[in-house]
Amino acid sequence: MEIKKELVSYVADLSRIRLDETEVAEMQAQMSEIVGYMDILNQLDTDGIEPMSHIFSIANVLRDDVVQPSYPRADILRNAPEHTDEAFVVPKTVE
Amino acid sequence: MEWELVMGLEVHIELATKTKIFCGCSTEFGGAPNTHCCPVCTGMPGTLPVLNRQVVEYAVRAGLALNCDINRYHKFDRKNYFYPDLTKAYQISQLYLPFAQNGHVDLKLKNGDTSTIRIHEIHMEEDAGKLIHSSYGDETYPDYNRCGVPLIEIVSEPDFRTTEEVIAYLTKLKSICEYLDISDCKMEEGSMRADVNLSIRPKGSDTLGTRTEMKNINSFKAIERAIAYETKRQIALVEDGGRVVQETRRWDESKAQTFAMRSKENAQDYRYFPEPDLPPVRISEEEIAYYRSICPEFAEQKAERYVSELGLSAEDAAILADSKYLAELFEGTVAICKDAAEVRYWMMTQVLYFLNERNLQPADITLAAEDFAAFVQIVKAGRINRQTGKTVFEAMFFAEAPFDLEGYIREHDLEQVDDDALITETIRALIAANPKAVEQYRSGQTKIVGFFVGQTMKQLKGKANPATVNAVLERELNQG
Ligand SMILES: [Zn+2]
Repeated sequence: MEIKKELVSYVADLSRIRLDETEVAEMQAQMSEIVGYMDILNQLDTDGIEPMSHIFSIANVLRDDVVQPSYPRADILRNAPEHTDEAFVVPKTVE
Repeated sequence: MEWELVMGLEVHIELATKTKIFCGCSTEFGGAPNTHCCPVCTGMPGTLPVLNRQVVEYAVRAGLALNCDINRYHKFDRKNYFYPDLTKAYQISQLYLPFAQNGHVDLKLKNGDTSTIRIHEIHMEEDAGKLIHSSYGDETYPDYNRCGVPLIEIVSEPDFRTTEEVIAYLTKLKSICEYLDISDCKMEEGSMRADVNLSIRPKGSDTLGTRTEMKNINSFKAIERAIAYETKRQIALVEDGGRVVQETRRWDESKAQTFAMRSKENAQDYRYFPEPDLPPVRISEEEIAYYRSICPEFAEQKAERYVSELGLSAEDAAILADSKYLAELFEGTVAICKDAAEVRYWMMTQVLYFLNERNLQPADITLAAEDFAAFVQIVKAGRINRQTGKTVFEAMFFAEAPFDLEGYIREHDLEQVDDDALITETIRALIAANPKAVEQYRSGQTKIVGFFVGQTMKQLKGKANPATVNAVLERELNQG
């Protein structure tokens, strides 16, 4: 599969990432490499083989419904580039 | 041209677990912003989700109640979208192997018809956070308390043709979830949310038109209005030579209109892929058998029992059985006082009236069956008359349980007056004071007796036994 510039821009848009011309070219090369690797895998005959859903053959890793203390709010907010005393701050999402 | 409406519903129901789906944070509603958060539900790098056992149980029980095939093996997928209501930039959901498929719900409609709505699938997922927008600045403040609260999403086939079916379906889902005790399904608090996919087509056609999806509808009433609005909009558009565009539209309750969401929000390319952080879930035959064995009696069976065993009309039975909270109060009270007809009377006239008048939900009822039963016994014993009973019932309904019924009656001096001598005395005075009315009565205008009943009641502060008043009036007016 060929990775076109338009696809790179589309994925960047979905991810809300702004890329300039140089970066688009850089990403185009890297994504082509990654997807190219998938093309190699696609050459294998996988007919009749169940798709793997997890790398370990385990199931039912469950926890009981018991409340654990949440984190102090200040600690949760601390890593954010911008926050108030009670919330993260992001650009307004409605007009 | 005559148009037909075709709708499908996606209903999100928040499960009433104590903790979130993938971490131990509390799901309690209404905490201060971002106080029910931890590194897992805020998507900090390096954290891993661990599935809540209770979520699987609640979800599977809902699936069984909705007649679904339960997949003995199911798994999670990532739904990627970048929006600040999600901390991780993806939502953990189920796309490729949801836990339940191919169900159905049978609806009873007002005209007596039944209609079947097929359920395509039900999947588990995590809820998103709440966005609080600054009213003046250009900032938004996400509150992630709700982020990670477990949801099931029930996806129907496009089987709805009328608004009545939509409301009946949602009412039934709510009732089933209440009886299973897996969700409180409060649309106002967002614990039940419905997205409506709607399209129109010429009546008789069997191809589907282009649909729009309506989001952000917060009440049954809003759903009715949104459907009516969107139907009109699509018909007008098509009859004007236009075409319906497939898009997501936001219902604006205050403007009573739907609005197309911006194209960026409309870009629905979720790039799903298997969730690598969660191993799959297996459900054993024993678990399924156990869940079936603890399945409660639902509204329909209850209503049938109310008709056959307790002598209620089908309409009353359906209303009382629909809500677990009404049914519990009704059955609990009948169990104590053994008078279904009398309990039905107060439920249908008073309880439903107060709920409607005060805009309350059956879940908000605080009245205890013990108090209700004691009240019924006092009315039946003739200690208060029915009119006074309404006043007492209102006080009891809005008071904290347990209610001091005897104390209230004593304090307000409400005991029924059934003293023949006192009633006779009152009536004789009225007859003497109203010769004209007496004349009318005796000349055959017997309806005037209502005037005397009213005046007697007024004189005796509404406490007289109506039967005695009627008997004495008859006797006195026909004398002389
Ligand atoms: Zn958490």
